[in-house]
Amino acid sequence: MVDIWDGFSAAFWLIASFDAELWEISLRSLRVTLTALVIASVIAIPLGTYLAVQRFRYRRFVISMINALMGLPPVVVGLIVYILLSRAGPFGVLNLLFTPTAMIIAQVVIITPVIASIAHQSMRELWAEYHDLLISLNTSKWQRIVTLMRDGRRNLLTAALAGFGRAIGEVGAIMIVGGNIDHVTRVLTTAIALETGKGDFALALGLGFVLIGLAIVVNLAIHTLSRTEREGQW
Amino acid sequence: MKRLLTTVAMLLWAQTSGAEEMRMAVTTSFDNSGLADVLLPAIKADLDLDVRLLVVGTGQALRLGEAGDVDAVLVHSKAAEEKFVAAGHGTHRREIMYNDFVFVGPKADPAAIVDAASAADAVQRIEAAQAPFVSRGDDSGTHKAEQKIWASAGLDIAGFGDWYRPVGAGMGAALNTASGMNAYIVSDRASWLNFGNKGDLALLYSGDPALFNQYALLPVNPDKNDSIRNDLAVKLEAWLTSPRAAALINGYKINGEALFVFNATP
Repeated sequence: MVDIWDGFSAAFWLIASFDAELWEISLRSLRVTLTALVIASVIAIPLGTYLAVQRFRYRRFVISMINALMGLPPVVVGLIVYILLSRAGPFGVLNLLFTPTAMIIAQVVIITPVIASIAHQSMRELWAEYHDLLISLNTSKWQRIVTLMRDGRRNLLTAALAGFGRAIGEVGAIMIVGGNIDHVTRVLTTAIALETGKGDFALALGLGFVLIGLAIVVNLAIHTLSRTEREGQW
Repeated sequence: MKRLLTTVAMLLWAQTSGAEEMRMAVTTSFDNSGLADVLLPAIKADLDLDVRLLVVGTGQALRLGEAGDVDAVLVHSKAAEEKFVAAGHGTHRREIMYNDFVFVGPKADPAAIVDAASAADAVQRIEAAQAPFVSRGDDSGTHKAEQKIWASAGLDIAGFGDWYRPVGAGMGAALNTASGMNAYIVSDRASWLNFGNKGDLALLYSGDPALFNQYALLPVNPDKNDSIRNDLAVKLEAWLTSPRAAALINGYKINGEALFVFNATP
């Protein structure tokens, strides 16, 4: 119990003293995860919507695969991305290993199925409502997808935030492909793992509370900016 | 609002650039000891060189060198290092410094290793008492040293009961486990002194020459790919074997106790 209290006070002092290193790794955490989130959303949201609108032969198989990939073990993703990006691997010439870009790639792989799956679930229900209307208006496939994405944006926001949650707290994959290098690829989660290894539980917990606080701030900011939960607004 | 968002976004994605940089894979014990925090700023000041550390076990460190993903490797497992150089993955092996391994265990010391005659005697007593023992179990330099001690005592790890617990983790994580289970463990002295969660554990036995722990630098063979900065690895080697490094390494103390002894030959 003492350790948890020490963690709270460590978090408080880290924030109150504007600790330069804390700022650096927190901003890097945000930069990596938000970039991964944007890329993953651009892939996953249209994909999820398309799967709701379009009927094709292997649709059920594709949907099952995406649902299954939600449970991808991050360490395995990290290892595969490592082998691909290693200088001895096929994409070694790009020299991306142990850079923030490598961490972004790993996170995109991890969260794209999460966002696509949740987006597909909510778009499927919306499509059931809109089906007759959009068919009778003789809309093109692309118009249907755009309409669904626009009217279902609140649900899609939830899907994106689920992806954000998975990415910001991820440690296994980014530890392998990023290497936890000080001032280059160290982020909040890998710093927590490092401090735990040193037996400094108070600092590790302090960083943990900062990470939780960061996730809350980002969620609040996105909800405020997109004006959800307001009277008179859908 | 939009302007604020743009500013935040620009701050987030702003890039920094600076001095020349190289990558070196080092063992967890080197980083957990805190010596890296002393040496790296000095290297930066003297050579204008940013050494990016990848902190992994000796096994993984050599693997990263083998793939050509790092420019140099700093580890402590002589047999594995010589194999690495013989296979052409490294240009040569240069000894830098040493410290020693110590036996850490519960203060009550149920296996009574505190007055053991040798490291082999200590592990025989632990085996006889069937006292819980945490092993790194991750193919690291410390793990290999520990296996050698069991072998020198004529004991076969494969036949041990569940008092012998390989955790497959780094030095700090293994110490945390030992602290939680009140178990015996073999650690390098530096990591133990710098460890913050000692709990009921204490240093019980040390001093046997069999517990000697030599650290060596291995520049990675630059023929592997064009991105390997062998020139920087050579520069780093010259610095690490210089009198300046000797003074910093020998002068690094925790609670008044020296952790490493510089022994590079010019």
